Amino acid sequence: MHSSSAFSESPAVRWTLIAIAIGFLALFLVLPLIAVFAEALRRGIGMFLEAFAEPDTQAAIRLTLLVSAIAVPLNLVFGLAAAWAIAKFEFPGKSLLITLIDLPFSVSPVVSGLVYVLLFGAKGVLGPTLDDWDFKIIFAVPGIVLATIFVTFPFIARELIPLMQEQGTAEEEAALTLGASGFRTFLTVTLPNVRWALLYGVLLCNARAMGEFGAVSVVSGHIRGLTNTMPLHVEILYNEYNFVAAFAVASLLAALAFVTLGAKSFLEWRHGDALAATRRH
Amino acid sequence: MTNRQSFLIAATIALGIMGTVVAVRAQSATEIVLTNVSYDPTRELYRAVNDAFSKHWQSTAGQKVTIRTSHGGSGKQARSVIDGLEADVVTLALAGDIDAIARESKRLPANWQSRLPNNASPYTSTIVFVVRKGNPKGIKDWPDLAKAGVSVVTPNPKTSGGARWNYLAAWAYEVDRTKGDQAAAKKFVEAIFRNVPVLDSGARGSTTTFAQRAVGDVFISWENEAFLILQEFGADKFEIVSPPFSMLAEPPVSLVDFVVDKRGTRKVAEAYLNFLYTPAAQKMIAHNFYRPSKSEGVDAADLARFPKLKLVTIDEAFGGWAKAQAEHFAEGAVFDQIYKPGQGSGRPTR
Repeated sequence: MHSSSAFSESPAVRWTLIAIAIGFLALFLVLPLIAVFAEALRRGIGMFLEAFAEPDTQAAIRLTLLVSAIAVPLNLVFGLAAAWAIAKFEFPGKSLLITLIDLPFSVSPVVSGLVYVLLFGAKGVLGPTLDDWDFKIIFAVPGIVLATIFVTFPFIARELIPLMQEQGTAEEEAALTLGASGFRTFLTVTLPNVRWALLYGVLLCNARAMGEFGAVSVVSGHIRGLTNTMPLHVEILYNEYNFVAAFAVASLLAALAFVTLGAKSFLEWRHGDALAATRRH
Repeated sequence: MTNRQSFLIAATIALGIMGTVVAVRAQSATEIVLTNVSYDPTRELYRAVNDAFSKHWQSTAGQKVTIRTSHGGSGKQARSVIDGLEADVVTLALAGDIDAIARESKRLPANWQSRLPNNASPYTSTIVFVVRKGNPKGIKDWPDLAKAGVSVVTPNPKTSGGARWNYLAAWAYEVDRTKGDQAAAKKFVEAIFRNVPVLDSGARGSTTTFAQRAVGDVFISWENEAFLILQEFGADKFEIVSPPFSMLAEPPVSLVDFVVDKRGTRKVAEAYLNFLYTPAAQKMIAHNFYRPSKSEGVDAADLARFPKLKLVTIDEAFGGWAKAQAEHFAEGAVFDQIYKPGQGSGRPTR
């Protein structure tokens, strides 16, 4: 009677649990997703496509791509460097660094946006100086990029740190002993060992970078065709009663989520062992 | 193919895509660009006006000009301009918001409102009621909103500029009716807000509450928004009731001197604002449901939509925005005294 593992539960209990889980997913995830596509296509495929012919919408898509094209590679470099430092070396302040990397996860995105307004705004600390140089940060593309980098920087580092810690330093030490340079060791030993986890982190980072709303909303200024990203554009279209266009752009974002999900599942299926260390944490 | 090769190929393709995107972004900047920072419901209006002005400026000055617009809640937009959003012109919902820019950032002079005709308002609007088709509750005038059993939808005056007009219009009505009895006005407005089941934070949120979620019997709204609701959600579902007495809402416009002088766009920005007062622009204004300041050149059909009401301005009834704001909407002021969250349940508790 004392073995009470989940497997010894009666089938009724098991099926109830499964039904609850599926019902919950259907209600809170699948239904809203279907609603997005249904609303987008409500007035036919013609109206749906017309939404993307709008120059402001195209500008929003381009800006979103540009922002993630800058933010993701920068976070890739940062994430690799941070994970490498943390996993392979001992240094004072290491736990502080780990805490700092997690900071964007715990801070509300609105606050991370406001921080930049307080720093670079016209009445902010650096605002007047920037104004003299005629260099715009907030209410322009650089501010949007900064805010996006801020909210997305834990993704890649967080993905790599557990894996690199698990792998230890033995292989690198062997390479160094055999006479390889530090850089060569990194390229031929460290990087190949983490490549799939890295790609996985890049995917997650990219999905968040394209979908970020709160922080970007604060620093954007909402200038149509100039500083509106896709999520912001969805809100504006919705507020203008332009429901079809709003949901059309939203469905593009949802499609991006599907691609991310698909690529993620593929990676897990194809390269599960390489990711296993990450999953155990 | 080994894992490593496929990884390198994937990485190369990713970098290639990113490079192309960056290259495509590079654009020329030979034309003049003006930024108009506006509030929420002016999108259609300024889209029409911007096109017309670009053509006008091309033919009279021979320069290509593009006008970019930014829309959002009026108060939030003012805040962004104060924080450095480079607006050549601002076209907001209330004078109080442009006053705030003048006060907080000094980017435009305090006397901005006297620089253009009609208190710098090229168009006006008023506060009306939207009711369900057939007007089942028989709403005709302000006192009908205070009756028991009528459910009223309006946004929160603390956060929405439009809602402040709604509140003040009700107040001004009762003061006018009682020949100046402020205590009666306070009771009257309190009775109306007791009928409000939910206070959304903005006008568009309230519109959704009333039109899509079908909450409430009457929605207090700007006139231009009311027409837009009929157009977007169906004239077969809603109708507009104009009370005989209401407020004249004056959404003002101004140059942002600091920005136009820095960018060298003063001349074209001034021309843009003056253009709003021309018959060509007034025609578009009336067509987009705002009341034109001059009827010259305006389509008779558009003009016929606006019934003649007795309208008072904020200066006449309340001595200006600054005073109204301090007396009614500041922390602990009249609105805080009469509206207690959770109390407005739609069912009067008398």
